[in-house]
Amino acid sequence: MAVKRRQPQSRRRRGAAQPFPPGRYPVVIVGSGPGGLQTSYFLRRLGVAHAVLSADAAPGGMFRRYPLFQRLISWSKPYAPAKRGTRSYEWYDWNSLLADESARRALVPERMDGTSYFPSRAEMEQGLVAFAGDARVRVRYRCRWEATRRTDDGFALVTSDGEYACRAVVLAVGMAEPWKPDVPGLELVPHYVQTQAPRAYAGQRVVILGKRNSGFEVADALLPWARQIILLSPRPALLSIHSRSTAGVRARYLLPYEDHALGGGVFALDAATDRVERTASGYRVVATGTTRPGGFAFDAEAVIAATGFTTPLLDLRTLGLATFNQDRLPALTPFWESTTVPGIFFAGTVTQGAVGLKKHGIPSNSGGVGGFRHNARVLAMYLAEKHFAVVVPRSVVRPDEVVPYLLSEVARAPELWNQRSYLARVVRFDQREGPRDEGITPLAHFVDASGPDAVAIVLETDQTGDHHPAVYVRRDGRVTEPVLPSDPLHNFETAEHRAQLTALLDGLL
Amino acid sequence: MSTRTELIDTLAGLALFADLSRPQVEAVAHTFEEEYFADGQRVLRQGFSGSNLYIIVTGQAAVHVDGTQRAVLSRGDFFGEISVLLGEPPAGDVVAMGPLRCLALPGPDLEVFLLTYPRVSYRMLQAEARRVRSANLWR
Repeated sequence: MAVKRRQPQSRRRRGAAQPFPPGRYPVVIVGSGPGGLQTSYFLRRLGVAHAVLSADAAPGGMFRRYPLFQRLISWSKPYAPAKRGTRSYEWYDWNSLLADESARRALVPERMDGTSYFPSRAEMEQGLVAFAGDARVRVRYRCRWEATRRTDDGFALVTSDGEYACRAVVLAVGMAEPWKPDVPGLELVPHYVQTQAPRAYAGQRVVILGKRNSGFEVADALLPWARQIILLSPRPALLSIHSRSTAGVRARYLLPYEDHALGGGVFALDAATDRVERTASGYRVVATGTTRPGGFAFDAEAVIAATGFTTPLLDLRTLGLATFNQDRLPALTPFWESTTVPGIFFAGTVTQGAVGLKKHGIPSNSGGVGGFRHNARVLAMYLAEKHFAVVVPRSVVRPDEVVPYLLSEVARAPELWNQRSYLARVVRFDQREGPRDEGITPLAHFVDASGPDAVAIVLETDQTGDHHPAVYVRRDGRVTEPVLPSDPLHNFETAEHRAQLTALLDGLL
Repeated sequence: MSTRTELIDTLAGLALFADLSRPQVEAVAHTFEEEYFADGQRVLRQGFSGSNLYIIVTGQAAVHVDGTQRAVLSRGDFFGEISVLLGEPPAGDVVAMGPLRCLALPGPDLEVFLLTYPRVSYRMLQAEARRVRSANLWR
């Protein structure tokens, strides 16, 4: 009886101290990782009331647990060509959240101990906790989203604390659920998240299923311990230095690949796993070569499925939410709204569900904090203006300043460098009011939606690896795409660039 | 397609990949990325550089040249390859007609892909030959 009495009291005490009791809110954000914190920060700056709910006990999201081996793969450079705390510095610091106040910027590098320009997991988590505290991002913690319903004017979220009604939902729930493909026997082996401390693999032969970043991260950690490491997946490893994007295996995990290349005992093989079997001493992995024909059978003491993650979408599919990528990502508009269930938005790493133009095959950087923090600012403004009639004034740009402004943006704007071919700086031309700065906009929206005469500038990387400005000019509803020259030092403010861009805007300025 | 098996079965059923072994089809499934397009969404954009190769897995897409619909593409059809092979912007828009699922290969990866799978190259050549024949019939 005493236990039964204590539980409700405990819940009442927690509920009383917690913000956002169940009820009606214009917007509900789910998640307290970087995507949820960043979206809440910008929505509040725009005056859009909202609740933030999180199943976790504290801010940080996946960075409270991962990366498994405690070091990120995205840089924060304590010393950089741009001054720390400025907007330009954000390009050199991919991990700190964005803030309009300089004192709340660059919170991750402040906590780094100088041993690496990749923050440790703990330094990243501390930076996020500091942001939530300094910026007073309020979250109702230990409140788990459990189900979703449509209502006449939006949605109802059923949570462990009660029901929340809202017009729009922003799900910042990460791609946090371990995922395995339907290979026979794969259910027998641990997923990446269940990998033990490297010492536990001392002297063992380890088969790692997967040749993306998580597979190479595990291989890198086990190099000093495992007797032999075999990395298996159907396609050749895609390296970031070849793909020129963060979608490839990052350079800091390349030691196992170098070992493979030099014949040191690690094997990175292109083979499709047919099945995994239990044996007396561990496992047998049976696979078939893909780029080279032939069969393989590996007996190993340990097998680890580094096969990726999926988005916890709960019951959203029953509302008609379209997904892709083997049902792991929601299909999203350029403003990260479900293409099939309007009113459901996503923030954080799931914003990679909006593919964008993918020029020259380069994907957006929405899967990482460096990219999706910019998405959060754009999403907040889109929500505020579209759903809550907030008017955000656009600043005037003097006609003679348009060309130098656009070129300085493409040379230094962190939004454009972090989100190549995805986010654009847009200037609109109004015959009466003159040029107006429309801010940062998804390029796909600019080129596919109708609108007044305007110019968008983005940074693109072509098939040779050259970074260069691409200009999208809209006149009379038709968009053309001239590309400006690259520069070996990324100087896009030369006389040649100015002359070319001025000519492209002839008649608009 | 919610499972790996479904994806591989679907790919194996497309004419372009009909000559590949199952492990090769699995490698192809990992080489391409699945993309989803809502009704009316543009997949390929006329006059824009840096396009990629797309293969329709489910759904239909319309080809528009200068705003006029010229063709309808459906399951197994591919597009974007001419633009990638010639290094020129596409001559038309390709627009989703209803929900459309495609497999996409980055343009810069096409050459290596076709050299790795010559039987796919041959199938693609046959499809191009049919297109040329059809185009000539209209002259």
